[in-house]
Amino acid sequence: MKHTAFYELHKELGAKMVPFAGYEMPIEYSGITNEHMAVRNNVGVFDVSHMGEFWVKGPKALDFVQWVTSNDASVLTVGKAQYSCFPNGKGGIVDDLLVYKYEEDKYMLVVNAANIEKDWAWCNEQNTMGAELENASDSISQLAIQGPNAVKVLQKLTDINLSDIPYYSFVTGKFAGVDNVIISNTGYTGAGGFELYMYNDVAVKIWKAIFEAGEEEGILPVGLGARDTLRLEMGFCLYGNDIDDTTSPIEAGLGWITKFVDHKDFIDKEYLLKQKEEGVSRRLRGFILEERGIPRHGYEIVNENDEKIGEVTSGAMSPVLKKGIGLGYVKTGYTKFGTEVYIRIRNKKLKAQIVKLPFIKNN
Amino acid sequence: MNIPENLKYTKDHEWVSIDGDIATVGITDFAQGELGDIVFVEIETEGETLDKEEVFGTIEAVKTVSDLYMPVSGEVTEVNPDLEDKPELVNQEPYEGGWMIKIKMSNPSDADSLLSAEEYKALIG
Repeated sequence: MKHTAFYELHKELGAKMVPFAGYEMPIEYSGITNEHMAVRNNVGVFDVSHMGEFWVKGPKALDFVQWVTSNDASVLTVGKAQYSCFPNGKGGIVDDLLVYKYEEDKYMLVVNAANIEKDWAWCNEQNTMGAELENASDSISQLAIQGPNAVKVLQKLTDINLSDIPYYSFVTGKFAGVDNVIISNTGYTGAGGFELYMYNDVAVKIWKAIFEAGEEEGILPVGLGARDTLRLEMGFCLYGNDIDDTTSPIEAGLGWITKFVDHKDFIDKEYLLKQKEEGVSRRLRGFILEERGIPRHGYEIVNENDEKIGEVTSGAMSPVLKKGIGLGYVKTGYTKFGTEVYIRIRNKKLKAQIVKLPFIKNN
Repeated sequence: MNIPENLKYTKDHEWVSIDGDIATVGITDFAQGELGDIVFVEIETEGETLDKEEVFGTIEAVKTVSDLYMPVSGEVTEVNPDLEDKPELVNQEPYEGGWMIKIKMSNPSDADSLLSAEEYKALIG
């Protein structure tokens, strides 16, 4: 089992550790609900060092990124990032990722921990144009500092004016006395805040500086449990649950990161364009339970007549709404917002309504 | 880890308090800690007579759902009404306000097969 640079700190903090994507990771420290609300209302810190980072360099870098990812990376200027996915050549998704334009001819791809090896093999296989690829996953640590008070805390540790960094933009600079920290206005919580990328050898120093700076705000460490409930309240997809090798970006509602433009050819472009034009037979939708219960991955979604119309891909009790919420693929005919559907939970059939995402208002 | 001496236990991490032929049942401090934040306790077996080890309800934590098993045979005579609005009582006071059901035991001798505090302590290590 691999450990991140923060492993000893997690243990000292009394985290409950679980195996996740080959790493031993903190799932919770003080309790998932408490950590969730800390991020929504204040500020919390996640160790997300298990995520993978690939560098793509050289004169063919953009050509490569354009070919393997669905979004249009040619619109990125240095200091900008975008959400994207790797189509898999069979209409599905290899992984979802962030693409950072770090310098001219140098991009950083941030991928899911569970998919690092698969993505790395896939990228190399698709790199017929000869871009320079480097898997830096084992040398880079990542922290996500999220919540409405994140900027206030982080600003104490850097001269870079964090309020000047727009959403999905980043600056590389000095942070907590450490040079070359990537400070990115991104996140997976909808609560605002930043993600920091740093080398492993300075990671603990940065963590300690953040917790010292955030002491008066009551900053809390947050585990993967709350990370999941926070992203679900925003309707953000989780690879392996809501999207995978068998779901298309069009079905998953990721048409907005699938760009059919003349100057960009990419894997599955024609197939996905056809899907977009002709329509798909199922779509990923959010639903809220109208009765008490908690939807879970794999539960059936049925109609009034008990016919199966879909399956839950993610579910939880929303700590903010205090209701069961979930995502799932539902058949055409049931995808309209406001449609009544039912979730099969054990021996019961609980009423739910298809709703527009996110489940809660963004801060 | 709080394991009161005066209670009986099961390998399913439930505690049982015996008073005559009435058994009060909840989950242990260890169990609530393992489950994490409890968000829903669903018990719809009030008035039913169930065998030992049958499922009397389910408990949902943020990350997991677990069945609750009858530690002894008997009729479920009462369900803790506070858990509907405050499932977190199971986390906060597992042996007091977090109790789940009362059972009128069919065979009071069932209690003999339950674990002592010491045996339960050994079980969870």
